[in-house]
Amino acid sequence: MTCDLCDETASVFLTQIVDGQMQKVNLCEQCAKAKGVTDPTGFALADLLLGLGTEESVSSPAQGTSGEVTADSLALSDGPSVCQACGFTHAQFKKAGRLGCSKCYQIFGSGLESLLKAMHKGTQHIGKVPARHQALLEHHYELDQLKAQLDDAVSREAFEDAARLRDRILGIEAELESLEAAQAAKSPANVRR
Amino acid sequence: MMRFDTLLNTPAEWMRQGHSHGDIVVTSRIRLARNLVDHPFPGWGRKLENETTLRLIQPTVEELPQLQNAFSRHLNKLTTIQKQALVERHLISREHAARAAGSAAVMNQTQSISIMINEEDHLRMQAIQPGLALRESYQMLDEIDTSLEESLEFAFDKQLGYLTACPTNLGTGLRASAMLHLPALMLSDQVNQVIQAVNKIGLAVRGLYGEGTEALGNLFQVSNQTTLGDKEVEIIARLQKVIEQIVNHEKNARQKLLGDSTTMLCDQVGRAFALLRHAHVMPSKEALNLISMVRLGVDLEFFPSDFAVSLESLLMEIQPAHLQIRADRKLPTVERDEMRSQIIRDRLKSLPEPDISKALGSLDEGPPSN
Ligand SMILES: [Zn+2]
Ligand SMILES: [Zn+2]
Repeated sequence: MTCDLCDETASVFLTQIVDGQMQKVNLCEQCAKAKGVTDPTGFALADLLLGLGTEESVSSPAQGTSGEVTADSLALSDGPSVCQACGFTHAQFKKAGRLGCSKCYQIFGSGLESLLKAMHKGTQHIGKVPARHQALLEHHYELDQLKAQLDDAVSREAFEDAARLRDRILGIEAELESLEAAQAAKSPANVRR
Repeated sequence: MMRFDTLLNTPAEWMRQGHSHGDIVVTSRIRLARNLVDHPFPGWGRKLENETTLRLIQPTVEELPQLQNAFSRHLNKLTTIQKQALVERHLISREHAARAAGSAAVMNQTQSISIMINEEDHLRMQAIQPGLALRESYQMLDEIDTSLEESLEFAFDKQLGYLTACPTNLGTGLRASAMLHLPALMLSDQVNQVIQAVNKIGLAVRGLYGEGTEALGNLFQVSNQTTLGDKEVEIIARLQKVIEQIVNHEKNARQKLLGDSTTMLCDQVGRAFALLRHAHVMPSKEALNLISMVRLGVDLEFFPSDFAVSLESLLMEIQPAHLQIRADRKLPTVERDEMRSQIIRDRLKSLPEPDISKALGSLDEGPPSN
Protein backbone atom coordinates (compact mmCIF):
# COMPACT_ATOMS: atom_id res chain seq x y z
CA MET A 1 0.00 0.00 0.00
CA THR A 2 1.45 3.35 -0.95
CA CYS A 3 0.92 6.73 0.65
CA ASP A 4 -1.94 8.81 -0.79
CA LEU A 5 0.27 11.88 -0.86
CA CYS A 6 3.54 10.50 -2.17
CA ASP A 7 4.88 7.13 -3.30
CA GLU A 8 6.37 5.94 -0.04
CA THR A 9 5.01 2.85 1.67
CA ALA A 10 2.04 3.76 3.83
CA SER A 11 2.13 2.86 7.49
CA VAL A 12 -0.69 4.99 8.88
CA PHE A 13 -4.15 3.81 7.94
CA LEU A 14 -7.22 5.82 8.70
CA THR A 15 -10.91 5.55 8.05
CA GLN A 16 -12.72 8.79 8.55
CA ILE A 17 -15.83 10.74 7.74
CA VAL A 18 -15.47 13.99 5.89
CA ASP A 19 -18.55 15.89 4.87
CA GLY A 20 -20.51 12.72 5.31
CA GLN A 21 -18.20 10.68 3.09
CA MET A 22 -16.42 7.70 4.55
CA GLN A 23 -12.84 7.86 3.39
CA LYS A 24 -9.87 5.59 3.75
CA VAL A 25 -6.57 7.33 3.87
CA ASN A 26 -3.17 5.69 3.79
CA LEU A 27 -0.18 7.79 4.69
CA CYS A 28 3.52 7.26 5.03
CA GLU A 29 5.05 8.37 8.29
CA GLN A 30 6.53 11.56 6.85
CA CYS A 31 3.25 12.74 5.40
CA ALA A 32 1.37 11.64 8.52
CA LYS A 33 3.75 13.73 10.56
CA ALA A 34 3.54 16.67 8.20
CA LYS A 35 -0.24 16.53 8.49
CA GLY A 36 -0.05 16.30 12.25
CA VAL A 37 -1.38 12.75 12.51
CA THR A 38 0.27 11.46 15.61
CA ASP A 39 -2.43 9.66 17.54
CA PRO A 40 -5.16 7.80 15.67
CA THR A 41 -7.59 8.39 18.48
CA GLY A 42 -7.41 12.11 18.72
CA PHE A 43 -6.41 14.55 16.03
CA ALA A 44 -8.18 16.95 13.78
CA LEU A 45 -9.28 14.43 11.21
CA ALA A 46 -11.50 16.76 9.34
CA ASP A 47 -8.75 19.34 9.13
CA LEU A 48 -6.37 16.73 7.84
CA LEU A 49 -8.65 15.10 5.36
CA LEU A 50 -10.33 18.17 4.01
CA GLY A 51 -6.93 19.17 2.77
CA LEU A 52 -6.31 15.84 1.10
CA GLY A 53 -8.90 15.90 -1.62
CA THR A 54 -9.25 12.13 -1.84
CA GLU A 55 -12.63 11.55 -3.39
CA GLU A 56 -12.80 7.81 -3.03
CA SER A 57 -15.68 6.82 -0.82
CA VAL A 58 -15.78 3.36 0.68
CA SER A 59 -18.39 1.28 2.39
CA SER A 60 -18.82 1.49 6.12
CA PRO A 61 -16.60 -1.13 7.70
CA ALA A 62 -19.05 -1.62 10.52
CA GLN A 63 -21.98 -2.44 8.30
CA GLY A 64 -20.20 -4.21 5.52
CA THR A 65 -22.60 -2.71 3.00
CA SER A 66 -22.16 0.46 1.10
CA GLY A 67 -23.72 3.08 3.31
CA GLU A 68 -23.38 5.93 0.89
CA VAL A 69 -23.73 9.21 2.71
CA THR A 70 -23.56 12.56 1.03
CA ALA A 71 -23.11 16.00 2.41
CA ASP A 72 -26.65 16.81 1.28
CA SER A 73 -28.09 14.19 3.55
CA LEU A 74 -26.54 16.02 6.46
CA ALA A 75 -29.43 18.39 6.54
CA LEU A 76 -27.83 20.43 9.27
CA SER A 77 -28.73 23.67 7.59
CA ASP A 78 -32.45 22.90 7.96
CA GLY A 79 -32.34 23.50 11.69
CA PRO A 80 -31.00 26.44 13.65
CA SER A 81 -27.41 27.20 12.74
CA VAL A 82 -26.21 28.39 16.16
CA CYS A 83 -26.19 26.57 19.50
CA GLN A 84 -27.91 28.82 22.03
CA ALA A 85 -25.95 27.28 24.88
CA CYS A 86 -22.43 27.81 23.57
CA GLY A 87 -22.59 29.88 20.38
CA PHE A 88 -21.10 27.18 18.20
CA THR A 89 -22.22 27.33 14.58
CA HIS A 90 -23.07 24.79 11.96
CA ALA A 91 -20.34 26.19 9.74
CA GLN A 92 -17.75 25.60 12.44
CA PHE A 93 -18.89 21.99 12.79
CA LYS A 94 -18.43 21.41 9.09
CA LYS A 95 -14.97 22.86 9.33
CA ALA A 96 -13.72 21.18 12.50
CA GLY A 97 -15.78 18.00 12.65
CA ARG A 98 -16.29 18.67 16.34
CA LEU A 99 -19.09 20.23 18.33
CA GLY A 100 -19.02 23.06 20.86
CA CYS A 101 -20.88 21.55 23.82
CA SER A 102 -23.14 18.63 24.70
CA LYS A 103 -26.24 20.76 23.96
CA CYS A 104 -25.01 21.15 20.38
CA TYR A 105 -26.20 17.59 19.78
CA GLN A 106 -29.78 18.71 20.45
CA ILE A 107 -29.39 21.63 18.06
CA PHE A 108 -27.49 19.97 15.22
CA GLY A 109 -28.36 16.38 16.09
CA SER A 110 -31.20 15.81 13.63
CA GLY A 111 -28.80 16.02 10.72
CA LEU A 112 -26.24 13.75 12.30
CA GLU A 113 -28.01 10.44 11.92
CA SER A 114 -26.74 9.48 8.48
CA LEU A 115 -23.25 10.55 9.46
CA LEU A 116 -23.44 8.38 12.57
CA LYS A 117 -24.79 5.45 10.58
CA ALA A 118 -21.75 5.53 8.34
CA MET A 119 -19.38 6.12 11.22
CA HIS A 120 -20.62 3.64 13.81
CA LYS A 121 -22.04 0.19 14.30
CA GLY A 122 -25.49 1.61 15.08
CA THR A 123 -27.22 4.83 16.06
CA GLN A 124 -28.61 3.69 19.41
CA HIS A 125 -26.35 3.56 22.46
CA ILE A 126 -26.65 0.20 24.21
CA GLY A 127 -23.64 0.44 26.50
CA LYS A 128 -23.12 1.76 30.00
CA VAL A 129 -25.65 4.21 31.42
CA PRO A 130 -24.77 6.59 34.27
CA ALA A 131 -26.59 5.57 37.45
CA ARG A 132 -28.41 8.90 37.63
CA HIS A 133 -29.94 8.21 34.19
CA GLN A 134 -30.84 4.59 34.78
CA ALA A 135 -34.18 5.09 36.60
CA LEU A 136 -35.25 7.76 34.13
CA LEU A 137 -34.41 5.54 31.20
CA GLU A 138 -36.45 2.67 32.59
CA HIS A 139 -39.46 4.93 33.01
CA HIS A 140 -39.07 6.30 29.51
CA TYR A 141 -38.89 2.79 28.16
CA GLU A 142 -42.03 1.73 30.02
CA LEU A 143 -43.78 4.85 28.82
CA ASP A 144 -42.98 4.07 25.20
CA GLN A 145 -44.31 0.55 25.62
CA LEU A 146 -47.55 1.74 27.23
CA LYS A 147 -48.10 4.36 24.57
CA ALA A 148 -47.78 1.74 21.86
CA GLN A 149 -50.28 -0.44 23.71
CA LEU A 150 -52.62 2.53 24.05
CA ASP A 151 -52.53 3.18 20.30
CA ASP A 152 -53.25 -0.46 19.72
CA ALA A 153 -56.15 -0.47 22.18
CA VAL A 154 -57.67 2.63 20.60
CA SER A 155 -57.42 1.18 17.12
CA ARG A 156 -59.11 -1.98 18.36
CA GLU A 157 -61.75 0.24 20.00
CA ALA A 158 -60.99 -1.48 23.30
CA PHE A 159 -61.84 1.64 25.26
CA GLU A 160 -61.76 0.06 28.70
CA ASP A 161 -58.17 -1.07 28.12
CA ALA A 162 -57.37 2.32 26.67
CA ALA A 163 -58.65 4.13 29.75
CA ARG A 164 -56.66 1.86 32.06
CA LEU A 165 -53.52 2.36 29.97
CA ARG A 166 -54.02 6.13 29.90
CA ASP A 167 -54.20 6.21 33.72
CA ARG A 168 -50.95 4.27 34.00
CA ILE A 169 -49.29 6.58 31.49
CA LEU A 170 -50.37 9.64 33.45
CA GLY A 171 -49.03 8.02 36.63
CA ILE A 172 -45.64 7.32 35.12
CA GLU A 173 -45.44 10.76 33.57
CA ALA A 174 -46.05 12.31 36.98
CA GLU A 175 -43.39 10.08 38.51
CA LEU A 176 -40.95 11.00 35.76
CA GLU A 177 -41.57 14.65 36.36
CA SER A 178 -40.81 14.36 40.06
CA LEU A 179 -37.71 12.23 39.35
CA GLU A 180 -36.41 14.82 36.92
CA ALA A 181 -37.12 17.60 39.40
CA ALA A 182 -35.34 15.67 42.16
CA GLN A 183 -32.34 15.19 39.93
CA ALA A 184 -32.14 18.86 39.11
CA ALA A 185 -32.34 19.67 42.83
CA LYS A 186 -29.59 17.19 43.71
CA SER A 187 -27.31 19.42 41.74
CA PRO A 188 -23.96 17.68 41.41
CA ALA A 189 -20.74 19.65 41.64
CA ASN A 190 -20.60 20.68 38.03
CA VAL A 191 -24.02 22.26 37.91
CA ARG A 192 -23.18 24.56 40.80
CA ARG A 193 -21.68 27.66 39.29
CA MET B 1 2.66 16.09 45.74
CA MET B 2 4.65 13.67 43.61
CA ARG B 3 7.68 15.19 41.91
CA PHE B 4 8.08 14.82 38.16
CA ASP B 5 11.43 13.08 38.64
CA THR B 6 9.89 10.54 40.98
CA LEU B 7 7.29 9.72 38.36
CA LEU B 8 9.78 9.43 35.55
CA ASN B 9 12.28 7.40 37.55
CA THR B 10 9.61 4.83 38.28
CA PRO B 11 9.31 2.33 35.46
CA ALA B 12 5.65 1.91 34.50
CA GLU B 13 3.98 -1.28 35.66
CA TRP B 14 3.64 -2.41 32.05
CA MET B 15 7.38 -2.01 31.53
CA ARG B 16 8.22 -4.32 34.41
CA GLN B 17 6.03 -7.37 33.99
CA GLY B 18 5.93 -10.26 31.58
CA HIS B 19 2.51 -11.73 30.78
CA SER B 20 0.76 -14.32 28.69
CA HIS B 21 1.09 -13.28 25.04
CA GLY B 22 3.42 -10.74 26.61
CA ASP B 23 6.08 -11.44 24.03
CA ILE B 24 3.79 -10.26 21.21
CA VAL B 25 1.16 -8.10 22.91
CA VAL B 26 3.23 -5.48 24.67
CA THR B 27 0.42 -3.47 26.27
CA SER B 28 -3.35 -3.20 26.39
CA ARG B 29 -4.96 0.18 26.74
CA ILE B 30 -8.50 1.39 27.36
CA ARG B 31 -9.57 4.98 27.04
CA LEU B 32 -12.91 6.48 28.06
CA ALA B 33 -14.08 9.94 26.99
CA ARG B 34 -16.49 11.88 29.23
CA ASN B 35 -17.79 15.44 29.34
CA LEU B 36 -19.63 17.56 31.87
CA VAL B 37 -23.10 18.87 31.07
CA ASP B 38 -23.56 22.63 30.76
CA HIS B 39 -19.94 23.43 29.92
CA PRO B 40 -18.44 23.93 26.47
CA PHE B 41 -16.04 21.23 25.28
CA PRO B 42 -12.38 22.23 25.87
CA GLY B 43 -11.65 22.91 22.20
CA TRP B 44 -14.48 25.46 22.09
CA GLY B 45 -14.35 26.73 25.67
CA ARG B 46 -12.60 29.99 26.42
CA LYS B 47 -9.63 29.96 28.79
CA LEU B 48 -11.79 30.94 31.78
CA GLU B 49 -14.40 28.31 30.97
CA ASN B 50 -11.75 25.60 30.71
CA GLU B 51 -10.25 26.72 33.99
CA THR B 52 -13.70 26.38 35.54
CA THR B 53 -14.16 22.79 34.36
CA LEU B 54 -10.61 22.01 35.46
CA ARG B 55 -11.42 23.32 38.96
CA LEU B 56 -14.49 21.07 39.08
CA ILE B 57 -12.80 17.93 37.77
CA GLN B 58 -9.26 17.88 39.13
CA PRO B 59 -10.11 17.69 42.88
CA THR B 60 -12.73 15.02 42.20
CA VAL B 61 -10.17 12.96 40.32
CA GLU B 62 -7.54 13.46 43.03
CA GLU B 63 -10.00 12.15 45.64
CA LEU B 64 -10.29 8.77 43.89
CA PRO B 65 -8.80 5.97 46.02
CA GLN B 66 -7.02 4.73 42.86
CA LEU B 67 -5.25 8.07 42.57
CA GLN B 68 -4.10 8.72 46.10
CA ASN B 69 -0.70 10.43 46.16
CA ALA B 70 -0.89 10.72 42.41
CA PHE B 71 1.17 12.88 40.13
CA SER B 72 -1.20 15.74 39.30
CA ARG B 73 -0.20 18.85 37.36
CA HIS B 74 -1.61 21.70 35.39
CA LEU B 75 -0.02 21.48 31.97
CA ASN B 76 1.29 25.04 32.13
CA LYS B 77 3.41 23.89 35.10
CA LEU B 78 5.30 21.40 32.93
CA THR B 79 8.04 22.15 30.41
CA THR B 80 7.74 21.10 26.77
CA ILE B 81 10.33 18.37 27.33
CA GLN B 82 8.52 17.07 30.41
CA LYS B 83 5.26 16.90 28.49
CA GLN B 84 7.05 15.14 25.65
CA ALA B 85 8.40 12.56 28.09
CA LEU B 86 4.83 11.88 29.28
CA VAL B 87 3.87 11.36 25.64
CA GLU B 88 6.75 8.92 25.22
CA ARG B 89 5.44 7.02 28.26
CA HIS B 90 1.97 6.90 26.63
CA LEU B 91 0.58 8.81 29.61
CA ILE B 92 -0.78 11.81 27.70
CA SER B 93 -1.53 12.34 24.03
CA ARG B 94 0.39 14.69 21.76
CA GLU B 95 -2.73 16.82 21.53
CA HIS B 96 -2.81 17.10 25.28
CA ALA B 97 0.89 17.96 25.42
CA ALA B 98 0.19 20.89 23.12
CA ARG B 99 -2.19 22.36 25.70
CA ALA B 100 -1.25 24.53 28.65
CA ALA B 101 -3.47 26.65 30.92
CA GLY B 102 -6.87 25.09 31.66
CA SER B 103 -5.66 21.51 31.21
CA ALA B 104 -4.11 19.01 33.60
CA ALA B 105 -2.81 15.45 33.80
CA VAL B 106 -3.26 13.12 36.76
CA MET B 107 -1.64 9.67 37.00
CA ASN B 108 -0.66 7.09 39.60
CA GLN B 109 2.97 6.27 40.26
CA THR B 110 2.81 2.87 38.56
CA GLN B 111 1.34 4.66 35.53
CA SER B 112 -1.47 2.16 35.09
CA ILE B 113 -4.06 4.93 35.30
CA SER B 114 -3.79 8.30 33.67
CA ILE B 115 -6.44 10.99 33.47
CA MET B 116 -6.21 13.84 30.98
CA ILE B 117 -8.38 16.79 31.96
CA ASN B 118 -9.48 19.08 29.16
CA GLU B 119 -7.93 17.32 26.23
CA GLU B 120 -10.41 17.19 23.35
CA ASP B 121 -13.01 16.13 25.92
CA HIS B 122 -13.26 17.24 29.55
CA LEU B 123 -12.07 13.82 30.65
CA ARG B 124 -9.97 11.30 28.82
CA MET B 125 -9.27 8.43 31.20
CA GLN B 126 -6.78 5.73 30.37
CA ALA B 127 -5.81 2.40 31.87
CA ILE B 128 -2.74 0.61 30.56
CA GLN B 129 -1.66 -2.93 31.42
CA PRO B 130 1.11 -5.24 30.21
CA GLY B 131 0.21 -8.06 27.84
CA LEU B 132 -3.28 -8.85 26.63
CA ALA B 133 -5.46 -7.46 29.42
CA LEU B 134 -8.20 -5.43 27.77
CA ARG B 135 -10.97 -6.66 30.06
CA GLU B 136 -8.99 -5.98 33.22
CA SER B 137 -8.06 -2.54 31.96
CA TYR B 138 -11.68 -1.76 31.18
CA GLN B 139 -12.75 -2.92 34.62
CA MET B 140 -10.24 -0.59 36.26
CA LEU B 141 -11.57 2.38 34.31
CA ASP B 142 -15.21 1.42 34.68
CA GLU B 143 -14.83 1.60 38.46
CA ILE B 144 -13.21 5.00 38.23
CA ASP B 145 -15.89 6.24 35.87
CA THR B 146 -18.64 5.01 38.21
CA SER B 147 -17.06 6.80 41.19
CA LEU B 148 -16.62 10.02 39.24
CA GLU B 149 -20.21 10.14 38.05
CA GLU B 150 -21.39 10.29 41.66
CA SER B 151 -20.10 13.83 41.93
CA LEU B 152 -19.80 14.93 38.30
CA GLU B 153 -22.74 15.00 35.95
CA PHE B 154 -21.61 13.62 32.63
CA ALA B 155 -23.29 14.65 29.40
CA PHE B 156 -25.40 11.66 28.38
CA ASP B 157 -28.18 11.11 25.90
CA LYS B 158 -30.36 8.02 25.89
CA GLN B 159 -29.87 7.58 22.18
CA LEU B 160 -26.34 8.87 21.59
CA GLY B 161 -24.87 7.70 24.88
CA TYR B 162 -21.97 9.70 26.32
CA LEU B 163 -21.69 12.94 24.39
CA THR B 164 -18.23 13.79 23.11
CA ALA B 165 -16.68 16.70 21.24
CA CYS B 166 -16.14 14.54 18.17
CA PRO B 167 -19.02 12.38 16.91
CA THR B 168 -16.54 9.54 16.30
CA ASN B 169 -16.40 8.93 20.06
CA LEU B 170 -20.15 9.02 20.84
CA GLY B 171 -21.88 6.21 22.66
CA THR B 172 -19.47 4.36 24.87
CA GLY B 173 -16.63 6.87 24.43
CA LEU B 174 -14.47 3.78 24.53
CA ARG B 175 -11.25 3.27 22.64
CA ALA B 176 -9.56 -0.07 23.26
CA SER B 177 -6.14 -0.70 21.81
CA ALA B 178 -3.22 -3.05 22.01
CA MET B 179 0.41 -2.53 21.09
CA LEU B 180 1.73 -5.51 19.15
CA HIS B 181 5.30 -6.48 18.34
CA LEU B 182 5.23 -8.16 14.91
CA PRO B 183 8.82 -8.64 13.70
CA ALA B 184 8.30 -12.02 12.01
CA LEU B 185 5.26 -10.85 10.01
CA MET B 186 7.37 -7.89 8.97
CA LEU B 187 10.43 -9.98 8.04
CA SER B 188 8.27 -12.34 6.00
CA ASP B 189 6.43 -9.49 4.24
CA GLN B 190 3.01 -10.47 5.55
CA VAL B 191 2.29 -7.52 7.75
CA ASN B 192 0.47 -5.47 5.11
CA GLN B 193 -1.89 -8.34 4.41
CA VAL B 194 -2.73 -8.55 8.08
CA ILE B 195 -3.22 -4.79 8.32
CA GLN B 196 -5.56 -4.77 5.34
CA ALA B 197 -7.59 -7.64 6.71
CA VAL B 198 -7.93 -5.92 10.07
CA ASN B 199 -8.87 -2.63 8.42
CA LYS B 200 -11.65 -4.35 6.51
CA ILE B 201 -13.41 -5.39 9.68
CA GLY B 202 -13.52 -1.86 10.97
CA LEU B 203 -10.51 -1.81 13.26
CA ALA B 204 -7.66 0.65 12.90
CA VAL B 205 -4.02 -0.39 12.67
CA ARG B 206 -1.07 1.89 12.63
CA GLY B 207 2.64 1.83 13.23
CA LEU B 208 3.41 3.02 16.72
CA TYR B 209 6.47 5.17 16.47
CA GLY B 210 5.87 7.03 13.28
CA GLU B 211 8.94 8.29 11.51
CA GLY B 212 10.24 5.86 8.92
CA THR B 213 8.33 4.44 6.00
CA GLU B 214 7.37 1.39 8.03
CA ALA B 215 6.33 0.94 11.62
CA LEU B 216 9.45 1.55 13.64
CA GLY B 217 10.51 -1.20 15.96
CA ASN B 218 7.86 -3.40 14.31
CA LEU B 219 5.36 -2.07 16.81
CA PHE B 220 1.74 -1.71 15.76
CA GLN B 221 -1.34 -0.42 17.48
CA VAL B 222 -4.70 -2.05 16.83
CA SER B 223 -7.84 -0.32 18.04
CA ASN B 224 -11.62 -0.15 17.56
CA GLN B 225 -12.97 2.60 15.33
CA THR B 226 -16.65 2.53 16.23
CA THR B 227 -17.96 3.46 19.65
CA LEU B 228 -21.74 3.70 19.20
CA GLY B 229 -24.18 0.81 18.80
CA ASP B 230 -22.24 -1.81 20.72
CA LYS B 231 -21.81 -2.68 24.36
CA GLU B 232 -18.38 -2.02 25.87
CA VAL B 233 -17.78 -5.72 26.44
CA GLU B 234 -18.63 -6.52 22.82
CA ILE B 235 -16.22 -3.92 21.48
CA ILE B 236 -13.51 -5.37 23.68
CA ALA B 237 -14.33 -8.99 22.87
CA ARG B 238 -14.20 -8.33 19.13
CA LEU B 239 -10.85 -6.57 19.38
CA GLN B 240 -9.51 -9.29 21.65
CA LYS B 241 -10.45 -11.98 19.13
CA VAL B 242 -8.68 -10.16 16.31
CA ILE B 243 -5.59 -9.62 18.44
CA GLU B 244 -5.46 -13.30 19.31
CA GLN B 245 -5.55 -14.10 15.59
CA ILE B 246 -2.76 -11.66 14.80
CA VAL B 247 -0.74 -13.16 17.65
CA ASN B 248 -1.20 -16.60 16.10
CA HIS B 249 -0.12 -15.32 12.69
CA GLU B 250 2.99 -13.83 14.25
CA LYS B 251 3.74 -17.06 16.14
CA ASN B 252 3.41 -19.09 12.97
CA ALA B 253 5.57 -16.66 11.03
CA ARG B 254 8.25 -16.99 13.73
CA GLN B 255 8.23 -20.78 13.51
CA LYS B 256 8.37 -20.62 9.73
CA LEU B 257 11.33 -18.22 9.78
CA LEU B 258 13.10 -20.40 12.28
CA GLY B 259 12.57 -23.47 10.10
CA ASP B 260 12.89 -22.09 6.57
CA SER B 261 15.03 -18.98 6.93
CA THR B 262 17.28 -19.89 9.83
CA THR B 263 20.34 -18.13 8.43
CA MET B 264 18.48 -14.92 7.63
CA LEU B 265 16.92 -14.88 11.08
CA CYS B 266 20.22 -15.54 12.86
CA ASP B 267 21.88 -12.89 10.73
CA GLN B 268 19.26 -10.27 11.62
CA VAL B 269 19.46 -10.99 15.34
CA GLY B 270 23.25 -11.28 15.27
CA ARG B 271 23.69 -7.97 13.45
CA ALA B 272 21.33 -6.24 15.85
CA PHE B 273 23.28 -7.65 18.77
CA ALA B 274 26.62 -6.57 17.33
CA LEU B 275 25.51 -3.05 16.45
CA LEU B 276 23.77 -2.39 19.74
CA ARG B 277 26.78 -3.71 21.68
CA HIS B 278 29.42 -1.78 19.74
CA ALA B 279 28.02 1.23 17.91
CA HIS B 280 28.93 4.70 19.18
CA VAL B 281 26.30 6.63 17.22
CA MET B 282 22.78 5.27 17.45
CA PRO B 283 19.94 7.16 15.78
CA SER B 284 16.50 6.65 17.26
CA LYS B 285 14.99 4.79 14.30
CA GLU B 286 17.88 2.39 14.03
CA ALA B 287 17.80 1.70 17.75
CA LEU B 288 14.09 0.87 17.72
CA ASN B 289 14.51 -1.56 14.84
CA LEU B 290 17.60 -3.24 16.27
CA ILE B 291 16.05 -3.59 19.71
CA SER B 292 13.06 -5.19 18.01
CA MET B 293 15.39 -7.86 16.59
CA VAL B 294 17.01 -8.48 19.97
CA ARG B 295 13.53 -8.69 21.52
CA LEU B 296 12.63 -11.29 18.91
CA GLY B 297 15.84 -13.07 19.85
CA VAL B 298 14.76 -13.06 23.50
CA ASP B 299 11.30 -14.39 22.59
CA LEU B 300 12.91 -17.19 20.55
CA GLU B 301 15.28 -17.99 23.43
CA PHE B 302 18.43 -16.92 21.59
CA PHE B 303 19.00 -14.81 24.69
CA PRO B 304 18.07 -15.36 28.36
CA SER B 305 14.42 -14.43 28.94
CA ASP B 306 15.07 -11.94 31.76
CA PHE B 307 16.32 -9.46 29.16
CA ALA B 308 12.79 -8.90 27.88
CA VAL B 309 12.04 -6.67 30.86
CA SER B 310 15.17 -4.56 30.54
CA LEU B 311 14.52 -4.03 26.82
CA GLU B 312 11.15 -2.50 27.69
CA SER B 313 12.65 0.16 29.94
CA LEU B 314 15.59 0.60 27.58
CA LEU B 315 13.23 1.49 24.73
CA MET B 316 11.79 4.18 26.95
CA GLU B 317 15.09 5.56 28.25
CA ILE B 318 16.52 6.15 24.78
CA GLN B 319 13.63 8.30 23.55
CA PRO B 320 14.49 11.95 22.88
CA ALA B 321 12.72 13.61 25.82
CA HIS B 322 13.84 10.94 28.27
CA LEU B 323 17.45 11.47 27.15
CA GLN B 324 17.20 15.23 27.54
CA ILE B 325 15.69 14.97 31.00
CA ARG B 326 18.50 12.65 32.03
CA ALA B 327 21.08 15.07 30.60
CA ASP B 328 19.19 17.96 32.19
CA ARG B 329 19.57 20.09 29.07
CA LYS B 330 18.45 20.31 25.47
CA LEU B 331 20.55 17.98 23.33
CA PRO B 332 21.16 18.33 19.60
CA THR B 333 20.51 15.15 17.59
CA VAL B 334 24.20 14.29 17.31
CA GLU B 335 24.62 14.29 21.06
CA ARG B 336 21.41 12.35 21.56
CA ASP B 337 22.60 9.64 19.17
CA GLU B 338 25.88 9.39 21.06
CA MET B 339 24.24 9.32 24.48
CA ARG B 340 21.71 6.76 23.25
CA SER B 341 24.46 4.41 22.05
CA GLN B 342 26.23 4.75 25.37
CA ILE B 343 23.14 3.83 27.39
CA ILE B 344 22.46 0.86 25.14
CA ARG B 345 26.05 -0.42 25.28
CA ASP B 346 25.99 -0.09 29.02
CA ARG B 347 22.63 -1.82 29.43
CA LEU B 348 23.44 -4.72 27.11
CA LYS B 349 26.97 -5.25 28.49
CA SER B 350 25.91 -8.47 30.18
CA LEU B 351 23.84 -9.76 27.25
CA PRO B 352 25.51 -12.99 26.11
CA GLU B 353 26.02 -13.80 22.44
CA PRO B 354 22.94 -15.18 20.69
CA ASP B 355 22.64 -18.95 21.04
CA ILE B 356 20.25 -20.55 18.57
CA SER B 357 20.57 -24.16 19.73
CA LYS B 358 17.61 -23.97 22.12
CA ALA B 359 15.37 -22.43 19.48
CA LEU B 360 16.26 -25.04 16.89
CA GLY B 361 15.70 -27.74 19.50
CA SER B 362 12.17 -26.52 20.14
CA LEU B 363 11.53 -26.63 16.41
CA ASP B 364 12.04 -30.39 16.38
CA GLU B 365 9.21 -30.73 18.86
CA GLY B 366 6.84 -29.21 16.32
CA PRO B 367 4.97 -25.89 16.40
CA PRO B 368 3.75 -24.58 19.75
CA SER B 369 0.16 -25.32 20.59
CA ASN B 370 -1.99 -22.23 20.79
ZN1 LIG C 1 3.76 10.17 1.93
ZN1 LIG D 1 -23.30 24.05 21.98
